[in-house]
Amino acid sequence: MADHRNGSSEPLIKLPTIKFTKLFINGQFVDSISGKTFETIDPRTGELIARVAEGDKEDVDLAVKAARHAFDHGPWPRLSGSERGRIMMKFADLIDEHIEDLAALDTINAGKLFNWGKAVDIPQTAHNFRYYAGAADKIHGEVLKMSRELQGYTLREPFGVVGHIIPWNFPSAMFSMKVAPALAAGCTMVLKPAEQTPLSALYYAHLAKLAGLPDGVLNVVTGFGPTAGAAVASHMDIDKVSFTGSTEVGRVVMQAAATSNLKAVSLELGGKSPLIIFDDADVDKAAELALMGILFNKGEICVASSRVYVQEGIYDEIVKKLVEKAKAWKVGDPFDPTVRHGPQVDKKQFEKILSYIEHGKREGATLLTGGKPACEKGYYIEPTIFTDVKEDMLISKDEIFGPVMSLMKFKTMEEAIKCANNTRYGLAAGIVTKNLDVANTVSRSIRAGVIWINCYFAFDKDCPYGGYKMSGFGRDMGMEALHKYLQVKSVVTPIYNSPWL
Amino acid sequence: MAARRISSLFSRSFTSVSAHSFRGKSSGLGRVTCRYSTAVSIEEPIAPSVPVNHTQLLINGQFVDAASGKTFPTLDPRTGDVIAHVAEGDAEDINRAVSAARKAFDEGPWPRMSGYERSKILLRFADLLEKHNDEIATLETWDNGKPYEQAARIEIPMVTRIIRYYAGWADKIHGLTVPADGAHHVQTLHEPIGVAGQIIPWNFPLLMFSWKIGPALACGNTIVLKTAEQTPLSALYASKLLYEAGLPPGVLNVVSGFGPTAGAALASHMEVDKLAFTGSTATGKAVLGLAAKSNLKSVTLELGGKSPFIICEDADVDQAVELAHLALFFNQGQCCCAGSRTYVHERIYDEFVEKSKARAMKRAVGDPFKGGIEQGPQIDSEQFEKIMKYIRSGIDSGATLETGGDRLGKKGFYIQPTVFSNVKEDMLIAQDEIFGPVQSILKFKDLSEVVKRANNSSYGLAAGVFTQNIDTANTLTRALRVGTVWINCYDVFDAAIPFGGYKMSGQGREKGIYSLQNYLQVKAVVTPLKNPSWL
Repeated sequence: MADHRNGSSEPLIKLPTIKFTKLFINGQFVDSISGKTFETIDPRTGELIARVAEGDKEDVDLAVKAARHAFDHGPWPRLSGSERGRIMMKFADLIDEHIEDLAALDTINAGKLFNWGKAVDIPQTAHNFRYYAGAADKIHGEVLKMSRELQGYTLREPFGVVGHIIPWNFPSAMFSMKVAPALAAGCTMVLKPAEQTPLSALYYAHLAKLAGLPDGVLNVVTGFGPTAGAAVASHMDIDKVSFTGSTEVGRVVMQAAATSNLKAVSLELGGKSPLIIFDDADVDKAAELALMGILFNKGEICVASSRVYVQEGIYDEIVKKLVEKAKAWKVGDPFDPTVRHGPQVDKKQFEKILSYIEHGKREGATLLTGGKPACEKGYYIEPTIFTDVKEDMLISKDEIFGPVMSLMKFKTMEEAIKCANNTRYGLAAGIVTKNLDVANTVSRSIRAGVIWINCYFAFDKDCPYGGYKMSGFGRDMGMEALHKYLQVKSVVTPIYNSPWL
Repeated sequence: MAARRISSLFSRSFTSVSAHSFRGKSSGLGRVTCRYSTAVSIEEPIAPSVPVNHTQLLINGQFVDAASGKTFPTLDPRTGDVIAHVAEGDAEDINRAVSAARKAFDEGPWPRMSGYERSKILLRFADLLEKHNDEIATLETWDNGKPYEQAARIEIPMVTRIIRYYAGWADKIHGLTVPADGAHHVQTLHEPIGVAGQIIPWNFPLLMFSWKIGPALACGNTIVLKTAEQTPLSALYASKLLYEAGLPPGVLNVVSGFGPTAGAALASHMEVDKLAFTGSTATGKAVLGLAAKSNLKSVTLELGGKSPFIICEDADVDQAVELAHLALFFNQGQCCCAGSRTYVHERIYDEFVEKSKARAMKRAVGDPFKGGIEQGPQIDSEQFEKIMKYIRSGIDSGATLETGGDRLGKKGFYIQPTVFSNVKEDMLIAQDEIFGPVQSILKFKDLSEVVKRANNSSYGLAAGVFTQNIDTANTLTRALRVGTVWINCYDVFDAAIPFGGYKMSGQGREKGIYSLQNYLQVKAVVTPLKNPSWL
């Protein structure tokens, strides 16, 4: 296997200075009221990067107050869409100017590939802001076809103060997926980044201020779920909460919303997404897709293709290819441009994944390759593939959130559909086939929010995604996400002597 | 107040200083002002401060001479003097331009790049327009005669805004997945239509340019654009900036020249897939005929108007006077949507006429480069003569000339702000589009009568309604057969608000989401579904 150069070796680039470690409230970086801080750790080494202000309920209260004031009295919702768009465009330009810094922050904070961050993650973050900047002046209501002499129309109004709680696996992309559409809609917001990855969100807040975002429109409170996160979810003055993370925490967020002010909720949660490879597939391409589907971002992606179903005719060939490719997959320091796979985000995740691997072995699945930590230091795990996985095994039911694939064999399309749907999740699915009818039938049959045919992770700014079943509700990205942050108000008045109805 | 409303809706960046100048010192009705006191500055025109660098045709990304080598003079409407000699495109040049646009569409990167890449080029273009705002505005005023403050603070910023608006559409052009009556999967692809021919007028040269090229480019089309022979300069300047912003060669081609030659060649070209025209109804008819006779290209037309501005009895008279004044006199009356039939309720009619006259007499007319000027010269001698002819017709037909009615100064094409009262529907000045600073005031009694009279026109572009009564506003809004109704405002344009005509004012809508349809083909894609889990 590859040279596991990890964090103990020479740094491959100059690491960024950590400039922002305080809460960002009402346009200012401030300490938490308690004065407390928490450690943020480099997953390559397990060592301390910086101490970050630890926000709690009182800090969330302050942030909500600022956001409330900015919404009720500030300029943001009162600006025209094009003016909001101009500020967001400027924000996007500033992100482009700071690609190196932002990519490096996500690398040291989340173990993400540095080159990928520079080439994809951060430019895509800027792209996301541009997309919604262009959408801000395109929020249309409708004029209605009333059944009697009434003039009716809908206004799409900003929801108000939004709470965003985002995960650590894509700190930049998640930040922009939540913040950009809410800004375009005219909302103000309080964002809580994951405690593992607070650094880039604070940097973005700084850039937003430079771009001219009015104070109080975007507030960032770093801290933990049970304290700061819970305060957001249960706040009486937040109108909408948008959460991305695990299904367990999603349930807690929704309960908090229900027991507080019945705030609207959107949840983008876990997945156990199937990738179904049919006999007519190109074996090499299909194996590449399957492997990428589970190993991309170390398997720390909610749409990971963690259940791979292969039709029996090419099953043996696919197995061979997968092992070959998994062994060539280079794990190591994410700053190394030849590496495809860095460390898991933290010790807890690292240990959880290893315990799932042990579980798989105990339950009788066959470990085809991998299954072990990949380095002496840090949280690296080998690309891992299990075969002979049964539907009732934990590794085929639970979201592992690591580089662990369950490989299964099927005979007929009907069987594949049934197996694929046999899950409490419904986030994404992949289909590999050249057959149009198979592609169409399976697309409509799988109960999931995104179907990728002969591709995987084909995300796009204009392409909404989100979950069926316990993968959540509501959609991120595309114009659907914009509508998530808008209330619909119907306005009706009588009309007289109208020449048409 | 009304003027500020107009200017603020045109552009938020419009400063209070210029808003003041646009208000035309109308607030102090008692103030003594000289009637058309600016004749002196008309006599000694201010020299514009920009060179004219681009006078050739722009074909395939290159400035080139006309195939014939011919040029025509473009004139300064303040004096009638030549500004520059511009390459005169003809059928052969249109052929060259269409073949460049065809190649750019069939083989070039433009329709093949992502919407996001197209949007980034348009955004860079907008940034360059912003950077060169004042130079472009200077060219616009020089070539067109419109007040420089209007060009620099309203129109060119609006051009920039329009381009940014369409940049935002480029990556959001959605087809639909469509329900079928049976086991079929159906989707619609919204594809660029191909090579678009665009013919624009002289009254808002660069604004019309942006209304045309914005949606066409966002949708991935390539373009041959013919500017008006009166105002070829600003489009050439702006197009060069668009290429600087990264537009691939051949995507936008600009051919200066005349309607009967270059314009006709474009309208009847067999390789042009779509034609968009803004101009007179007479020419619109000719364009539609040429499209029909050639390759049945689809046509969008934005033509003339004789738009009613209806002031109800509950109106605040001072506000109504100001708004009706601007609705007609803005841009020297050279607006297709000018509020050229001012209907006033009989109860407030006399007061309204008196105050409208006073307002017109205070209108600051003069060299458009001078600060505080509200009205410059008409575009050219032909328009000037035409307007003077209509003024004579108004007098001859028995309308009361309240003020104006004559030329202003000895040089150039200045006309006094002119107000007629006691205008009747059967008079030519109440029927024809005059396209000049001539306001016609008519009296009405009740709503159903004014609806009937307002709709008694071959045009249907726009209308103004001035009332505080919600029921009156709704009744008039639905009853008027026009493409835009402005209630308690006028000339409120925005990138997102669609604009176009009923009846002989045209076909199709420009701006807003509606304008995208003009530049997209819809392809339905249908395939059977085997054992679908739902329909």
